[in-house]
Amino acid sequence: MSDFFTATVLLATLASGIRLATPFLLAALGETLGQKSGVLNLGVEGVMLLGAYGAYYATLRTDSVLIGIGVGVLVGAFMGVVYGVVTLALKAEQGISGIGIFIFGLGISDLLFQKQVGTPTPIDGLGHFSIPVLGDLPLIGEALFQQNVLVYVAFLLVPALWFVINRTTFGLNVKAVGETPEAADSLGVSVDRTRYITIIVGNAMAGLAGAALALELAIFQQNLTNGHGFIAIALVYFGAWRPSGVMAGALVFGLIQAMVLQWKTLGIVVGTTASIVGMFPAVLTILVLVVVSRGTGAPAALTRPFERGH
Amino acid sequence: MLIGAVLAAGLIGAVMLLVLGANPLTGYAALIDGAFGGTKNLANSALKAMPLLLVGAGITVAFRTGVINIGGEGQIIAGAILSTLLVLALPDVPRLILLPSAFLFGAIGGAIWGGMAGALKSYAGVNEILSTIMLNIIAVQILNLLLRGPLMDPGEIERGSRIPHTERLSGNADLPILPGGTRLHFGVIVAVVMAVVCYVLLFRTTQGLRLRASGHNPFASLYAGMSVKRNVVLAFMYSGAMCGLAGVTLVFGSEGHRLATDGGATTFTGAAGFNGIVAALFGGLHPLWTIPASFLFGALLVGANAMQREVQVPAALILGLNGLVVVFVVASLQTRVRLAQIASRLRGEEQADLSLSDEASSAEAGADTS
Repeated sequence: MSDFFTATVLLATLASGIRLATPFLLAALGETLGQKSGVLNLGVEGVMLLGAYGAYYATLRTDSVLIGIGVGVLVGAFMGVVYGVVTLALKAEQGISGIGIFIFGLGISDLLFQKQVGTPTPIDGLGHFSIPVLGDLPLIGEALFQQNVLVYVAFLLVPALWFVINRTTFGLNVKAVGETPEAADSLGVSVDRTRYITIIVGNAMAGLAGAALALELAIFQQNLTNGHGFIAIALVYFGAWRPSGVMAGALVFGLIQAMVLQWKTLGIVVGTTASIVGMFPAVLTILVLVVVSRGTGAPAALTRPFERGH
Repeated sequence: MLIGAVLAAGLIGAVMLLVLGANPLTGYAALIDGAFGGTKNLANSALKAMPLLLVGAGITVAFRTGVINIGGEGQIIAGAILSTLLVLALPDVPRLILLPSAFLFGAIGGAIWGGMAGALKSYAGVNEILSTIMLNIIAVQILNLLLRGPLMDPGEIERGSRIPHTERLSGNADLPILPGGTRLHFGVIVAVVMAVVCYVLLFRTTQGLRLRASGHNPFASLYAGMSVKRNVVLAFMYSGAMCGLAGVTLVFGSEGHRLATDGGATTFTGAAGFNGIVAALFGGLHPLWTIPASFLFGALLVGANAMQREVQVPAALILGLNGLVVVFVVASLQTRVRLAQIASRLRGEEQADLSLSDEASSAEAGADTS
């Protein structure tokens, strides 16, 4: 255990923790936007899997990480259109149709992987990009400012999403639609149009989150995400629907994962104990939900379909 | 309407087959033949349907009480582990005692795992969809831990191959094969009987009335002096027990007669915990209608393997299409009306109903004595 508490190891853990927090953060920010407009998307996990596979496959075929990322986002956005039609046009119950999307993503990503790739073939993941000056800072420079580009994107999206929600007309509409869709509608805000936008953007972010995961691990396999998407939903509650709170939660989960990986590398946990630490994120998620369960700040119209004249 | 959901999913599946370079007609012909062609295939379909029926019928109880149980995978594993432990500990007990005890232990294991989600929901306000998914992950890890550690077949350790499965479990716990020359075993009868039991529980007992009332209108139930919280825990325990039974049939009815894992998310369960939800929704959330619905989806899964051999498209296609069936069924009008009640309950979860029931539980205590 003493090997763990050295500056080099701790900083390396911090760096990988930030990297591992990225998929959680991207997915949870997207979910936050959707929920702010009153739509619960439980299909994040499935969309992440599809985005991850899309990014993996495109990168494998084209050797271009950028195309991979683009495909991941597009797959997510497409699933957003699907989910929008299902929940807005068809007014399907959001909880269960989300589970349907999850099962769909679980099966189809596995199908495509088996059919098109077969054996797990590693890809070149994301290269690191050192921010000038900041990246050269002693100690923390390497941990914080020599990351891959998606890490910067994810953390820049935190203030960006806060700004959009709190300082723009569109954000005001999103909140109005999520709290009292009837009032928003009577003032000429199109409830469905606003929700379509948040769902498509939110799912595109879930697709991007999947891409970030696949490119970080540089591999794909069945059920690659293993609960990432569901944990991301829990993080929205944890962060009380605020981007900064969501970021704090994502960092906690990323750091814990990094710590566990580091312990495995150092041989602090071996063999069967790996299963015990493997269940750690799930246990933590339940504990987090127990603590934040009362759901203060939940959008009032969450999961409620909107119909004019009701 | 429901058939439309399957047809729509099938149509999308056909497009996917085309895109993947397979002939959809050949593929679907192989699927239907593999599922329904001949006694042997029909028997295999029924075997595949067995865990779906147990999970699905159990899930109808949870749904009718207004909670969504997608923790079938974890509850199957919990039931399988507890029953396996019993049989490993007492291998020489006669079959007439051992087999029923294994089922009982499986039900208890599943009920404990399900009950945890129910208790978390009722007493800590934790969303049951998230908690059950997390409990699934935890159960898989416990299974891996046991099968790579204390429960590993001593023979595997001796040979050094270390395949994560138990030894061949006691023959006294084998599920008896039914006469007729097929692989059909006693577990199929258990599944059908238990589906009927779920029906009786839900629609022919006071307990079932209470559960359904909680799901239908939690506020009215509270004013009538029921404990919605307790009903939610109970519903999860019933639902979990059914999944636990599915775990028992999957272990003691397996060809290897052992508990095994591949280390992945869906191990010996074959994703029955998820496919059972599809069967339950397709059966209109009615335990008896879940019987033919399970058979249909079990047949699709068996047929998918035949299709995989014929046109080289992985059977995972069917799991994906099942997800679409869920979406289409939920989007269909008649299901929407039924689910609106559940939705209203989900909306209210952080609001009055659960906090109110604290006050109501004392009222209920009074009502019970009178």
